Amino acid sequence: MILSVVEQFPVLVIVVSLLSAFTILIAGWLNKKSCWVISFATILVQLVMAVFILHHVLTVGTIHYWLGGWSPPWGIEYVVDALNAYILVIVLSLALICVTYSKRSIAHELPQKIVSFYTLYQLLVTGLCGVTVTGDIFNMYVFIEIFSLSAYALIASRGKIALKASFTYLVLGSIGACFFLLGIGFLYSVTGSLNMHDLSLILPPLYENKVVQAAFVFFVVGLSIKMALFPLHTWLPDAHSFAPSEISAMLSGIIIEVSTYALIRVSFSVYTVAFIKLLPIFDFLCWVAAFGIIIGSVLAIAQYNLKRMLAYSSVSQMGYIMLAVGLSTSTHSALWGGLTPALMHILNHALMKGCLFLVAGAFIYKAELWNITDFQGLGRKMPYTCAAFMLAAISMIGVPPSVGFVSKVYIILACLESGKFIFVAVMLLSSLLNLVYFWRVIETMYMKRGEGEERSHSHSSSSKIDEIPLSMLIPVLTLAGLCIIMGVVWLTEIPLPILDQVNALFGLGRYAIP
Amino acid sequence: MEQLIPIPYRPLLAILCPAIGSIFIVLFGKRPNIRESWTMLASIAQFLIVFSMVPIVIGGNGEPIKYTLFTAFPSVDFGFSVDAFGLIFAITSSFLWILVSSYSIGYMRSLHEHAQTRYYFCFCWAIFGAVGVALSGNLFTMFVFYEILTVSTYPLVAHDQTPEALFAGRKYLAYLLTAGGFFLAAVVITYYFTGTTDFVTGGIPNLASEASRTALMALFALFLLGFMKAAWMPFHSWLPTAMVAPTPVSALLHAVAVVKAGVFGIVRVVCYIYGVDLMHGLGLGLVLACLATFTIIVANLFALAQDNLKRRLAYSTINQLSLIIFGVALLSPEGIEGAMMHIPFHGFMKITLFMCAGAIIVVSGKKNISEMAGIGKEMPVTMIAFTIGALGMCALPPTAGYITHHFFVHGCEEAGGTMSFFPYVLLIAAILDVMYFFPIIYTAFFAKSEGSSGSKINEAPLFMLVPIAITATVSIIFFFYPDLFHISELVETAVSSLGGVHP
Repeated sequence: MILSVVEQFPVLVIVVSLLSAFTILIAGWLNKKSCWVISFATILVQLVMAVFILHHVLTVGTIHYWLGGWSPPWGIEYVVDALNAYILVIVLSLALICVTYSKRSIAHELPQKIVSFYTLYQLLVTGLCGVTVTGDIFNMYVFIEIFSLSAYALIASRGKIALKASFTYLVLGSIGACFFLLGIGFLYSVTGSLNMHDLSLILPPLYENKVVQAAFVFFVVGLSIKMALFPLHTWLPDAHSFAPSEISAMLSGIIIEVSTYALIRVSFSVYTVAFIKLLPIFDFLCWVAAFGIIIGSVLAIAQYNLKRMLAYSSVSQMGYIMLAVGLSTSTHSALWGGLTPALMHILNHALMKGCLFLVAGAFIYKAELWNITDFQGLGRKMPYTCAAFMLAAISMIGVPPSVGFVSKVYIILACLESGKFIFVAVMLLSSLLNLVYFWRVIETMYMKRGEGEERSHSHSSSSKIDEIPLSMLIPVLTLAGLCIIMGVVWLTEIPLPILDQVNALFGLGRYAIP
Repeated sequence: MEQLIPIPYRPLLAILCPAIGSIFIVLFGKRPNIRESWTMLASIAQFLIVFSMVPIVIGGNGEPIKYTLFTAFPSVDFGFSVDAFGLIFAITSSFLWILVSSYSIGYMRSLHEHAQTRYYFCFCWAIFGAVGVALSGNLFTMFVFYEILTVSTYPLVAHDQTPEALFAGRKYLAYLLTAGGFFLAAVVITYYFTGTTDFVTGGIPNLASEASRTALMALFALFLLGFMKAAWMPFHSWLPTAMVAPTPVSALLHAVAVVKAGVFGIVRVVCYIYGVDLMHGLGLGLVLACLATFTIIVANLFALAQDNLKRRLAYSTINQLSLIIFGVALLSPEGIEGAMMHIPFHGFMKITLFMCAGAIIVVSGKKNISEMAGIGKEMPVTMIAFTIGALGMCALPPTAGYITHHFFVHGCEEAGGTMSFFPYVLLIAAILDVMYFFPIIYTAFFAKSEGSSGSKINEAPLFMLVPIAITATVSIIFFFYPDLFHISELVETAVSSLGGVHP
């Protein structure tokens, strides 16, 4: 089998990243400054490869790569179709933005741990890419463990209270991983195969089998913990708020999304739509997600610490994604049918939350500001950062033409088509709750005056502009700009063919068999 | 002009004027004179472009100017469609923006207000939203601009940054973004039923067949809740609270752009989504008329109790907005004509009143009517303009208000049935109007002021006085010549294409 260059890329994305992690460790001994350069260069190369992969998948077709030339189901196979190619690009784009941002902020925050930080960061990226490209379910488990373990360590890197947060995540994350592994074991005991495509061929006659059904439930529960779906979200607020900000951005924007991807992959590639329609589990997921949306938002309102507030907001946003996934089997429109709204919101959430967490990190970097009440007058002190925050926040609220608005409209249309009007109300209520907790921050930043500050008729001399360094500002502004630009791009429907291919792959949306 | 800008691009360009202006305003934030000249330039350019579309629309027999940016959903474009009714609102907003820009310069500088760059910046975006609402070709586009309008006005309402202003801002957002949620739901449901959100003269044809009667009722309720900007009772209380904003903001945004976007939306939904026939069939006209008259009377009663001049004017606005809704609710050609005409007419009259209130604040710092004894001798021009505006509110000749009330009464007769009872309600409302406006005029001109001896003439700066004089004059000209700015011609074009005369 002769492969074109691009068809080698799925494995290269992993190998380059893995080797780079060890290179960073060794190079770090010699020169600490080289770590960032290597990490940045690697992720840039990976991103370029991912873009090529996406292009190849869209124009030529799915890429199959057999590791070591062993044909499946005996060897490990990497399969990249429209879904993983799309996720891979998102993962690496945000990873690149976060690594750019981390240069100055890590030097400031963790000067002693630069080498280990970048080593772990690169491992994290390896794990995330691995989960995305693999076509073997056990291999997926391994990569889930790789990224989880690096995430545990990264969260703990600030020490002190972060250790506790990391430990909670470790315990719950391991339970989740165990569930996932049990699911794999169950399936293996019934089918004797670990290749996803192979499994999907063997399983259909066994759908009535209790073991197969139990395995599916294990997958759902295990991954729900990983993706912090309400009510299994309890590890998330601490982990998000005590991790370094770029890691919070990765956690919220990518890590929990990749777990969602794993769930989508297992549900539609290992099992099929036919199986999902057998059990009412997706309807159940819709309701869980709806509760998550509301309760996450309500808890976010109760927070005073900005990063904690954003963390609870993530719980609510994961509800959006899961609601969209839950509706995917009952919608048939060409536009908002199938997985389109869910996949759309995965990208949108990565942009918005990435930006918000990086801004929160900027406040900590500049003035150790954690609490919303301390943000008075920041609008004048850090105008660009605050403007970025505002753009991302109004996206979260869903003001047109931002990305949040597009997601909201698509999910509402999906709810209407499947006849679940109650979820329309949930979506609308949630955007109001978003308004409450985000506007509070914006109001404090721009409108509230600090104590003792006189009503100044001119610009007071005390508040000079004091912005974060350019290498941090550019990532923040890029994400904020994308929040609006992508919104318009979604509205013009240019990227929708990618998502349409995903639906075609799984027989969802307009490709569904009635 | 024809050669200068191709016709289809004019709507887009009209919208872009304030957006581009806002960029320059920020760039020249440190140099007030240049910054303000950008505002003036943008406003004048916008008005000229909007006005240049008038002959085309009138000449085209109701054929709108269409311009599509892109397609967002199947058969839902993000684009503009300029018809006669949209132009009425666009002309009103953009012309009054010119005057208010000039007035703002006088007002903000006299009071040495802070954060003026932010003020002018947000003002541009608010106009962007308002004119966008006016020119948008379907519900979806309208929603987008409607939300932009809401968000961009927040910094203007909370401009003072005092706890009171912050509260007002919060209340403003809470009401209007909630409304936005309802509006979005309504838009999506309409799309779900009919597969389109375009404004069609006479209503979307398949709406009646696709949805059940109950669903249509519920949908209409959603639309009404969505247009909370129209400040119908009992969802009006954001408007008086928002009066803490600087007076030019109250003047343009709370007498013209924001609240008119609300009533504009209601008229759009009644005439161009539901259509007069369907509204009649559902019996929603009467429901809407009752809601409107309830607001008219109750708002007037509230207004009687206010001592703060701006708050009294705010309640008067609520009353007049419902008058527009009432006109549409009659579902008769004359009623709708009156409603459409009242949008610019009320705009000019109410802006006069607000600008006078602002002038009084700038000159004397007086906000309450009880303190204004004898102020007419001090500021004769301002108070004469105020009197003209007040006469208009009371629907007395020779002002524009008389004309539209004439239409409303005829509309009631035309509609017949239960509707013929409503002229009496209008009469009561007019009497109440007189009861709270005439005391102000009396206090200003005839009451003896305490202590102040030589009443020297002490007027506001010319930047403020000239706009006041212009709007007051226009309010009178409308009485003798309603076709100024082609308003009556546009209204006739709009109504004649609606069709549907009802017994």
